[in-house]
Amino acid sequence: MDNTLFKQYQQLLKREKRYVRVYQLIILLLFFGGWELLSRLEWIDRLIFSSPTHVWHTFIEKVSDGSLTLHVSVTLMETVIGFLAGTLLGTLIAIVLWWSPLLSKVLDPYLVILNAMPKVALGPILIVALGPGYFSIIAMGALISIIITTIVVYTAFKGVDPNYSKVLQTFGATRWQIFREVILPASFPTIISTLKVNVGLSWVGVIVGEFLVASKGLGYLIIYGFQVFNFNLVLMSLLIIAFFATIMYQVVELVEKTIIKNNG
Amino acid sequence: MEFLQLENIHHSYFSSTQAKEVLRDISLAIHEGEFVSFIGPSGCGKTTLLSIIAGLFPATEGNVYIDGEKLSANNQSSIGYMLQQDYLFPWKTIEENVTIGLKIMEKSHKTHKVTANALLQEVGLPHVGNNYPRELSGGMRQRVALARTLAVNPKILLLDEPFSALDYQSKLKLEDLVVETLKTYKKTAILVTHDIGEAIAMSERVVLFSANPGTVHKVFEIPKALSELSPFDVRQHPAYADIFQTIWKELESLG
Repeated sequence: MDNTLFKQYQQLLKREKRYVRVYQLIILLLFFGGWELLSRLEWIDRLIFSSPTHVWHTFIEKVSDGSLTLHVSVTLMETVIGFLAGTLLGTLIAIVLWWSPLLSKVLDPYLVILNAMPKVALGPILIVALGPGYFSIIAMGALISIIITTIVVYTAFKGVDPNYSKVLQTFGATRWQIFREVILPASFPTIISTLKVNVGLSWVGVIVGEFLVASKGLGYLIIYGFQVFNFNLVLMSLLIIAFFATIMYQVVELVEKTIIKNNG
Repeated sequence: MEFLQLENIHHSYFSSTQAKEVLRDISLAIHEGEFVSFIGPSGCGKTTLLSIIAGLFPATEGNVYIDGEKLSANNQSSIGYMLQQDYLFPWKTIEENVTIGLKIMEKSHKTHKVTANALLQEVGLPHVGNNYPRELSGGMRQRVALARTLAVNPKILLLDEPFSALDYQSKLKLEDLVVETLKTYKKTAILVTHDIGEAIAMSERVVLFSANPGTVHKVFEIPKALSELSPFDVRQHPAYADIFQTIWKELESLG
């Protein structure tokens, strides 16, 4: 009896999962189908909104002349490096602040100001200071996530239950041992969740950086397409960005699952 | 000199608005292998005194001597401290949790596994070394915490209400286990508790503190006939109720 009920329950779960997938697929088809249809019926301006088939043709064309691979790899490289640099430096600053309570008190108002300031506004200064190249774009991708990472991770360090540290103190642990054995592992879930936010932020930084200065990359393609009024190119670049941003996010989620497994 | 000697301990907490005196002129002597309980109304500074003995921070005035040696910041004697909750590290296995103290003190790694297994056996949890804390019940976790405390072979065990978060049945079982284990290893122990019954059942002496500021109000000797029994049997002993009444009245008189 129990066994049959359990089987029924499993089937119910399976059916629900299938329904979810079907509806997700329907939304995707409706979006692209509707887009194509509205464009063909000329209910929307074809010049501005393009259509899936036009975007596809542009895609094939850019892939076959080899230029797309270059643009995509440049942007991806910049984003991944910017993302890693932002997260690592942010965490490093958080560690320094945790280490020195006095320093963290002194720096507190500056962190608030830096966090409140829109980092992309620093773009022109970065470009002048670091030169118009990969370096200033990567700096942009990193800069946009550094301060928020510092603040979130530092707050996580301070939020660790002091009784865990007390346990180690009774064994005569040094400050570094307490950090390594308690503070850092207890903060892993928070650090991982900032990674997820930083993935999105780094894309913003890099794309804006490319808007400003680049001659390669997806951000450059968007600006170029806008300037020559080729919106097929703009929309294709957008779809590619969405695709790779999603993949990066999924990778971070995978990392999260492996690290957090035993942290519960 | 006794094994643990407290000499004229004063302690005050300072905040930006006030200085609060929490302990005044505490002098106590505890001999080796003795089990002593601290009880008293909340705010009597029991936990503060325990932290001072543990060397977590120094007293504003006064000295602590353990085994003839003066306790100071750079001379931390080996102390075992058990808290109200187990505070096992959820990201470490039970075995890693038990041996964390040894790891901190940088003793040789080879012996860790053996020590962990022997101690887990001792506290009645022989097969959980590779499990994670979340897979264990509250009582089991507190037993692992006991094993972790014993792993570094401390001179003195400080127990800060270690049974207060447990259900009654687990609490009674763990009381028996702790007393039995401490007797086997001949450890000196101080228990801080709110529970008069627990203090009588487990210890040889009960120190009653009065509050604001904390001072030693009275010391009760538990008759040998009782302190030789296991905590569970003490609670069934005819003399138990009388001692309970005496301490209860004294505690009531403090208001």
